[in-house]
Amino acid sequence: MNIHEYQAKALFEKFGVPVPKGVAAKSPLEFEAALAQLPDAPVVVKSQIHAGGRGKGTFTDGFKGGVKFAKTKTDALDYANKMFGNTLVTAQTGAAGRKVQTVYFTQASDIKKEYYLAILLDRASSRPVIVASTEGGVEIEKVAHDTPEKIFKIVIDPAYGLADFQIRDLIARLGFAGNEAKNAAKLIRSLYACYWETDAAMIEVNPLITTPTGEVLALDAKVSFDSNALYRHPEIIALRDLNEEDPKEIEASKYALSYIALDGNIACLVNGAGLAMSTMDIIQHFGGSPANFLDVGGGASKDQVVAAFKIILGDPNVKGILVNIFGGIMDCNVIATGIVEAVKEVGLKLPLVVRLEGNNVAAGKATLANSGLTIVSGDTMADAAQKIVKLVA
Amino acid sequence: MSILITPETKILVQGITGDFGGRHAKLSLDYGTQVVAGVTPGKGGLFFEHGAHKVPIFNSVADAVAATGATVSVVFVPPPFAADAILEGVDAGLDLVVAITEGIPIKDMIRVKRVIAGKKTRLVGPNCPGLVTPGTGKDSSGGCRIGIAPGYIHKKGHVGVVSRSGTLTYEAVFQLTSRNIGQTTSVGIGGDPVNGTSHLDVIKLFNEDPDTHGIILIGEIGGNAEVEAARWIKANCQKPVAGFIAGATAPAGRRMGHAGAIVGGAEDTAAAKIAVFQECGIEVAATPSDMADALIRAAKAKGVTLS
Repeated sequence: MNIHEYQAKALFEKFGVPVPKGVAAKSPLEFEAALAQLPDAPVVVKSQIHAGGRGKGTFTDGFKGGVKFAKTKTDALDYANKMFGNTLVTAQTGAAGRKVQTVYFTQASDIKKEYYLAILLDRASSRPVIVASTEGGVEIEKVAHDTPEKIFKIVIDPAYGLADFQIRDLIARLGFAGNEAKNAAKLIRSLYACYWETDAAMIEVNPLITTPTGEVLALDAKVSFDSNALYRHPEIIALRDLNEEDPKEIEASKYALSYIALDGNIACLVNGAGLAMSTMDIIQHFGGSPANFLDVGGGASKDQVVAAFKIILGDPNVKGILVNIFGGIMDCNVIATGIVEAVKEVGLKLPLVVRLEGNNVAAGKATLANSGLTIVSGDTMADAAQKIVKLVA
Repeated sequence: MSILITPETKILVQGITGDFGGRHAKLSLDYGTQVVAGVTPGKGGLFFEHGAHKVPIFNSVADAVAATGATVSVVFVPPPFAADAILEGVDAGLDLVVAITEGIPIKDMIRVKRVIAGKKTRLVGPNCPGLVTPGTGKDSSGGCRIGIAPGYIHKKGHVGVVSRSGTLTYEAVFQLTSRNIGQTTSVGIGGDPVNGTSHLDVIKLFNEDPDTHGIILIGEIGGNAEVEAARWIKANCQKPVAGFIAGATAPAGRRMGHAGAIVGGAEDTAAAKIAVFQECGIEVAATPSDMADALIRAAKAKGVTLS
């Protein structure tokens, strides 16, 4: 689960991570009051959406920049009004962009130097890792590629947690000294506590900055959480912003379906995440283009299949559907009956190819064949994928 | 032979009184697996009954082990309690704990993995379908089925299958069995980013097992476990290996069902992993329908008989 920058910074402050003073506003009516809470200009005006690349983004009406530096509060108000309700397209949003529904005003900081700091899971060691760099405010992937020697990694032993000697080591490598070093140590310790105690999946601060007076601040904040652990963090669940999620994905989650919309026109409905991914792959392999990832889980009950069809059909790009079920334990006939009922209930008009395999598959195929519906049967995944690609072409 | 489990392996089920655990305990009993105990705290002394089977239930894993000699546990308990259940099995000195539970917090698994390092117990999973060593009876019954995989699609034979994904494992096993090629053991290691047994761990076991003549390695986007396994295969494994990577069409940064199936960088994409497979002499299945045939091609090239 992702949260907004302003929420992440509030969380940081709770854990003692210093951030520039800022106030979020969720309506233009709040803009002036929000700005009044900040000391004098300059002010930075930041669009709040769940995607990176905001500064270099462009709004659909042509206004450039989802993050703006304002010399005066009047300018800040003008920028905020241009951003609010407008749709911001960045490298990470896709062409549709995201509608800005919250604007965050922060006090502009006097930047001495920019750094990069992140905490995430190191899959190779199954331990948390801190990734830091002296090159902040730029794309970290580019730094990692061009100057890998400027990236430092500290792997943390969960039996002890982040040790002081590791912090000292990191600070030395980043070149901090004096007051900066003291402040950076405190910040890193607090940030790790925030990561560990909230079950965060990733915290990224880009840039982390120093100021001429020796302060160390998180100038930006990107935080995501392990969705498996949300049950023990009601305070984090409260930060969820449904405006940032695809309504189809929200609907799917109500039926324990895992759905992700893609750009293609062949929808798929599959049981199991690995099989669902590879069903998308095989559609593409045979020249088609998948419209979604959809895992109905191990069961594939009729209610789930009906819900899944409705969600799939809510995507206007969809021109055909491929159902791929390996009924290992589940009776294929039960699944086939569910598919037939679901097709009747939603009045499906698009081409539908069904590949069923597994337990009691003969009865399942007979149910599909005798349903009176035009359901094309696929024998293998390859056969089914080729058939749906041809039907949609 | 087989790896990790044999038809004689005695298993206990943690969470046998739950719907999910109970349903699959029954299927394992039907398959002929030696399910000798159940564990549910507070229900010790009761029995789990299924047909002629009467499986005793214990309050703790230690009690169950002492009374029945079980050496392997399968964990079906809900996510908030699953890490504790795994550690209880490790503490009881089991050889193998197989965690089926989906949705365990990553932090819990980070801690579990740290605690079990160096212990004798091997962990498979979590969020995995489990393992099957097929038997010689009808529909491969008489074997050892631990977890949630369909037993009947298997056939006793000489191919090892290892995968993160349940349904892709079944797909591969089914393709093999349909071509009259049996399996030594199929192992689902799970789709979570932190898991107990890696692809490489299983590949090493298959490599050492004289009865395993060929291997299907199924991976997906995210992490570098498949790459690690492939490099080891290149250096150490003479057996024919076929590989498949799911997720070529997955967009970067989106988690594809499995918590671990997410493209983070240039090196954990499907294309990058497939390139490493090819470089390491692994016969790549172009589509998931091609997994068994890819292994047949690899075996033919090495002059190895699979069945």
